[in-house]
Amino acid sequence: MKRRIIASLLAVVAVIAVGPSRGWAQKGPIKVGFLTQMTGGGAAVGRDMSNGFTMYIEEAGKQIAGRKVEVIIEDTQGDPAQALTKLRKLVESDNVHAVAGIFLANEGYALAPKVDEYRIPTVWAVVSADDLTQRKPVKWAVRTGWTSSQPNHPFGEYVAKTLGYKKVVTVAADYAFGWEQVGGFQRTFEEAGGQVIQKLWPPLGTTDFGPYLPQIKRDADAVFAVMVAAMALRFPKQYQDAGLKARLPLIGGGTTFDEFVLPSLGDEAIGSITPLIYSAAIDTPVNKRFVKEFRTKYGKVPGYYAEASYSAARWIAEGAKAVGGNVEDKDKFLAALRKVEVSDAPRGPIKLDAYGNPIQTIYVRKVEKKDGELWNTVIQTFPAVSQFWKYKPEDFLKQPVYDRNYPACKYC
Amino acid sequence: MEFWVTQTFNGISYGALLFLLAGGLSLIFGMMRIVNMTHGSYYLLGGYVALTVIWRTGSFVLAILVGALAIAIIGVGEWNAFLKRLSGQELGQVLTTMGFALIFQDLALIIWGGDPYTIPVPRVLSGAYQIGQLYFPVYRIFIIAVAAAVALILWLVLEQTRVGAMMRATVDDPEMARGVGINVHGISMVVFALGAFLAAVAGVVAGGFVGVYPGADFEILPYAFVVVIVGGMGSLKGALIGSLLVGLLDNFGKALFPELSYFTLFAPMAAILAVRPTGLYGRA
Amino acid sequence: MRSALFSGPPVAAIIFLLLLISPPFLSSFLLTLLTQALIYAILAMSLDIILGYTGLASLGHAAYFGLGAYSVGILATRYGAGFWVVLPLGILLAVAVAAIFGLVALRATGVYFLMITLALGMVVWGLAHRWVTMTQGDNGISAIPRPELGLPLSLAHSIPFYYFALAGFLITFWILRVIVRSPFGQTLVGIRESESRMRTLGYHVWLHKYIGFVIAGGFGGFAGVLWACYNGFVSPVDLQLATSVEVLLMVALGGRGTLLGPALGAAIIVLLKNLVSVYTHRWLLILGVVYIGTIVYAPEGIVGAVRQWARRATPGPLRSET
Repeated sequence: MKRRIIASLLAVVAVIAVGPSRGWAQKGPIKVGFLTQMTGGGAAVGRDMSNGFTMYIEEAGKQIAGRKVEVIIEDTQGDPAQALTKLRKLVESDNVHAVAGIFLANEGYALAPKVDEYRIPTVWAVVSADDLTQRKPVKWAVRTGWTSSQPNHPFGEYVAKTLGYKKVVTVAADYAFGWEQVGGFQRTFEEAGGQVIQKLWPPLGTTDFGPYLPQIKRDADAVFAVMVAAMALRFPKQYQDAGLKARLPLIGGGTTFDEFVLPSLGDEAIGSITPLIYSAAIDTPVNKRFVKEFRTKYGKVPGYYAEASYSAARWIAEGAKAVGGNVEDKDKFLAALRKVEVSDAPRGPIKLDAYGNPIQTIYVRKVEKKDGELWNTVIQTFPAVSQFWKYKPEDFLKQPVYDRNYPACKYC
Repeated sequence: MEFWVTQTFNGISYGALLFLLAGGLSLIFGMMRIVNMTHGSYYLLGGYVALTVIWRTGSFVLAILVGALAIAIIGVGEWNAFLKRLSGQELGQVLTTMGFALIFQDLALIIWGGDPYTIPVPRVLSGAYQIGQLYFPVYRIFIIAVAAAVALILWLVLEQTRVGAMMRATVDDPEMARGVGINVHGISMVVFALGAFLAAVAGVVAGGFVGVYPGADFEILPYAFVVVIVGGMGSLKGALIGSLLVGLLDNFGKALFPELSYFTLFAPMAAILAVRPTGLYGRA
Repeated sequence: MRSALFSGPPVAAIIFLLLLISPPFLSSFLLTLLTQALIYAILAMSLDIILGYTGLASLGHAAYFGLGAYSVGILATRYGAGFWVVLPLGILLAVAVAAIFGLVALRATGVYFLMITLALGMVVWGLAHRWVTMTQGDNGISAIPRPELGLPLSLAHSIPFYYFALAGFLITFWILRVIVRSPFGQTLVGIRESESRMRTLGYHVWLHKYIGFVIAGGFGGFAGVLWACYNGFVSPVDLQLATSVEVLLMVALGGRGTLLGPALGAAIIVLLKNLVSVYTHRWLLILGVVYIGTIVYAPEGIVGAVRQWARRATPGPLRSET
């Protein structure tokens, strides 16, 4: 009987011991939590993100505004529930001063209410779900990446006016990211006189585009494809083998041909034109240095995942500097984060709009072969593009978020 | 017209891929009643090993052989060390094979990293044959050819050789087979190796088409199960018909009812099982 | 003289006491994990009814979890329904679907049952994924509010919600315990041991299995309702195949047919997934080893193994417990 009481008491003591003590000294290191997917299907993206983020911190000598910086990287496992649990841990147990990261839309939406509840300054590094800075804004978060529709607004005009395509078929991954990308493109493309004559929606993760390719209407001028990760790997080859590449030029969303998949693509990708917030081929000293260092350190050309996370770290640093290192004052720190302006990020100048989303340069890129490697050569730039393009925010927000059926396919 | 021809062709080529993947699983299922959640991992690892072989040697054929053999060895190892003792215990099998699937998934991540890759295929297999307005990608024809060859070889072995007869006997009734003096243990090992071998071949062949990437193992696993269940466990004919059926159903389902993609696959599966719990050609 | 650990009330009482008094002393992260463990324990115990007591291994149990969770998600965010509305409706939906699925699945046993339940689970998952107008598809449903029960302490805070989950757990445990100890439950065990024998004895085997299946589905739905309330979020990930397999592991690890075993298994797996992934990215590897280790070293699960050891260590007439 005695043994059991002692055992139980020991258990209670052990349990208490696991929890951290509270009330340490105020000016310890600045702690930042970085949340992304480190295992499972999106692990490579998560790794690019965490590499980009830590590269900045290390370049800054692990110091921000005179204080040491401690980065705690947590794995969301691609599961929104896990993301929530890890956020709780970062805020309640680790007492971080800020949180950054996230690239999946469902993780972003899951965390959003909690971020506001905790009043924890958060930097969405990559997640591009439109509504996070539009109709469902998060007071305590800013974005250093993009909205899914942002690059495609100027691109729609570009395709109609510069490339001269009149009829386009869209083939996009059937989930929110795909819908928002197509929505942004369709809107400005049709306003500039173009017509989207067909919309195809292969489910996310489609391996075999066999069911979709034969459906593409033959009287189109081009095909606008929105593919992500592994889908982007397969699509160009199958597109070419189905005899379409020869007849229908392939354009698309930026992730279809971004630096993440280019190393694994072959000649079938050459000539494709896509818009994005970044290209590793941007010809500025800042970017060249960034690409060279990232490549040396991590063995691959950085894509926008890495650059957006690098810039997220920069953002936190600038915000902390602006409040003299006093990140404990959360309200001031958040206000500072919203006011940060960077003119020399690898991607160019960035500043935030009133909703916390970047106003930045959009690059129209073309896949070309240089020294035996595929690069996204920049062929056109649109400076200072916001998530609302040329529309007034109030009007833009009155309309529903882009989805499968909005804008409607008038010419289908 | 064009639409139907191309879609049918695509459906058949997808079915061919599924046959490679599920054929072995059906035999394993039928013979040893083992629910093998690691089967997707064989597919994945086969692709990754082949990738490394091609990077080192540039030979696609070598890649297929080495990849498949390596996975067959791993599969037999798994069976010998763990699964053998679990016959009749579905729960134990599900959990053990799931454990291996997770371990393999993480090992693949450690060894090859998380980036998606495609297996570079020989020039002769790229491009497409054009007949009028129709394009038939050469690689898809290749997949169909490989599957047909495998089906033929399997059929010949099973129907025309002594070893095949022993396999069929063991599938039908292991007790009886043992009683007649058949080395059930040995045969089981061969069948398991064969199943893993075929799954790896599927992984390599698919690798040239859809690529090799983390998550491929769990993506393809439900499809393998669907084929085996619809076709019936332990039946080669069932596996063939099942995979063609699933390939065509999935293809046309996606083309005609894109909103219901997963539904068009799993609902018929459940329906068939409701009517015939042992599958179309299976035995109880 | 009781020399073993798991020999009855004193241990259960100590655990109950610990669960009751520890929250204010725990770090909030640990409290979070414990709350999650309690909810998953309900799910695991519900699976134990058909797996442990009836001997039917299901690969689609997460479907009921998902149905309960999505009911809350849809009703609370679209129609502003309160807790006392979503609770019965969520459970009702799970029960209704289990009733339909049971008709299909129970035509088979063993491996075939496994496969049918797999397929049915995938159908529900597919719907969650593709029926975007209802479920928001991949994005999931967010901003689900915590239940408003008019209590002095709001459930929006961790400690009150913990006690709320604890209450759910205890109610489930009590009801299920009553069920398994009743003649109905004993019949289930008999069916697990030998269906043909029970049939010859005149029991309506199919009806017993069916009712057991529906009860399991209902409580699975209950767990789902609590989960959605806790997380404030539900997505297709919550009912994917891997989740169904994980619940199987919880039951096997803890010890099937013991009710408390699966609850313990749930706690271990939840703690493992969350704590281990803090210290290493290789948590998948470790989880895989746990899967295999459980079957190799503790096929009867932890509670099962302890009870066996206790029985061997106790001299005198054997005591039988369920």
